[in-house]
Amino acid sequence: MTAVELRGASRWYGNVVAVNDVTMTIGPGVTGLLGPNGAGKSTLLHMMSGFLAPSRGEVLLDGRPTWRDVGIYRRLGLVPELDAVYGFLTGGEFVLASARLHGLRDPEAAARRALETVELTGAEGRRIDTYSKGMRQRAKVAAALVHEPEVLLLDEPFNGMDPRQRLQIMELLHRMGDAGRTILFSSHILEEVERLSGTVQVIVSGRLAASGDYRRIRRLMTNRPHVFTVRSSDDRRLAAALVADGSVAGVELDHGALQVRTSDYGTFTRVLPSVARAEQIRLREVLPTDESLESVFAYLVTQ
Amino acid sequence: MASARAGWRPLNPVIGRITARALLGRRRALLLAPLPLLLIALAAAGRSMDDPAGWANQVVNGLGVSAILPLVALIIGTSVLGSEIEDGSAVALLAKPVARRDVVLTKLAVAFAVTALLAALPVFLAGLAATGEAGGLTAGYTVGALAGSVVYCALFLALSLVTRRAVAVGLLYVLLWEGVLGSLVVGAKYVSVRQYLLGMAHSVASSDLIDARLSAVVAVVMSILVTAAAAALAVNRLRSFSLKGEST
Repeated sequence: MTAVELRGASRWYGNVVAVNDVTMTIGPGVTGLLGPNGAGKSTLLHMMSGFLAPSRGEVLLDGRPTWRDVGIYRRLGLVPELDAVYGFLTGGEFVLASARLHGLRDPEAAARRALETVELTGAEGRRIDTYSKGMRQRAKVAAALVHEPEVLLLDEPFNGMDPRQRLQIMELLHRMGDAGRTILFSSHILEEVERLSGTVQVIVSGRLAASGDYRRIRRLMTNRPHVFTVRSSDDRRLAAALVADGSVAGVELDHGALQVRTSDYGTFTRVLPSVARAEQIRLREVLPTDESLESVFAYLVTQ
Repeated sequence: MASARAGWRPLNPVIGRITARALLGRRRALLLAPLPLLLIALAAAGRSMDDPAGWANQVVNGLGVSAILPLVALIIGTSVLGSEIEDGSAVALLAKPVARRDVVLTKLAVAFAVTALLAALPVFLAGLAATGEAGGLTAGYTVGALAGSVVYCALFLALSLVTRRAVAVGLLYVLLWEGVLGSLVVGAKYVSVRQYLLGMAHSVASSDLIDARLSAVVAVVMSILVTAAAAALAVNRLRSFSLKGEST
């Protein structure tokens, strides 16, 4: 049972406040740290991993401050967002070096396990320079979990991964979480919550905006009101059909496209194709407008 | 782990190997190779002159220990840790339960070894080529260059953790402070690595051709003090190593 705890933690740079009075405890299981870019997620993770001093408040690993204590890395692993790694090493060498730096009893076996875990064994003999972003990401994950830490912090780990790799890493995180480890990953992509079963902490503008069970957040997300731009073979007939559906709040015809306002994102995205099929209308384009993350997060915050 | 305390080894072989590979694999290190060769060639060319010792002194001092040594040490010393901190790859190394002191000492050891190879060894070879003997001036300058490698590397490594413009600041120090002000300002010799190493070289060579302004004892004591202070500063800066916040 290892917990990361923030007590009134703030961090500012000059007069820019990156993290503002955040109090939270991250316990065993998988937790998602969500928020738009620039919300302060990285700053939080850097403070938790001992790579940044809080300007005010406390950041603790099982009651001890993380700042200026290299001992925390025996129990904590960090996958930084930064892509810079020793590119001249092969993936295998990189992970093995990590195992050795941890002073593990059998570094070769530990490195092998970690490489298998992230499915990088086929490419372990290649220089990291030659890796795709997703492979590099997995090499970093392997290096961070080679000592099987009780706490694993991942900053935007799914960036650059294809859906299959994303799913696979997500499953890995869940396995580790189910085994009682404390896993925290950050993401600015709300849809990544869909695959998450655990707790969610939402950060907006440096503040903890929402926190709790993923199902509640997911429901809020799928029920959020939304505007779509739709182009079809017969906009007028489609408009008439859509207005009849309960998930549609309003339809507007303008310049060869429909503006559809929906009160329920999730339902509408299922209803639209079936309505079109029933009316034998061909959908040419479906564009979610107003998809700025800030507005979605702002909506979550007001709920 | 209790066993880690029992046999404290300040040099970490994993970090050492990675550092050496990063250093020698970089094109910058190769760019430094012509300088030592030039030094040896110039020294050898003076063999036929009337005053080989005087020529050796001029070349090895003027080009070797006063220019090539500080330049090589500046580039190596600011690279071993500074460049990976700058590009962020140091995080992989620093998110490990390795004492920051061991990180600094290992980086310093690698910087010293490479600087000795690229600057002190050529000084020895140049001295040998010019005077034909391994003792005397050659021995003096070699000892001075080795000691100077340690002090310069420690100084420049610490500098790279204090400022992002370590190379520029280091150049100013070498060119302005040691080169120009060192002979104009009274007392500047006490904070001049060049004067430390000349003091030691003079004592070892027991030759008055070497213009030393510090006694060997003062030179040794100051070298140790400056090296220790620089290393301590570097360790302290590294303990407070911070990642930048959001990328945006």
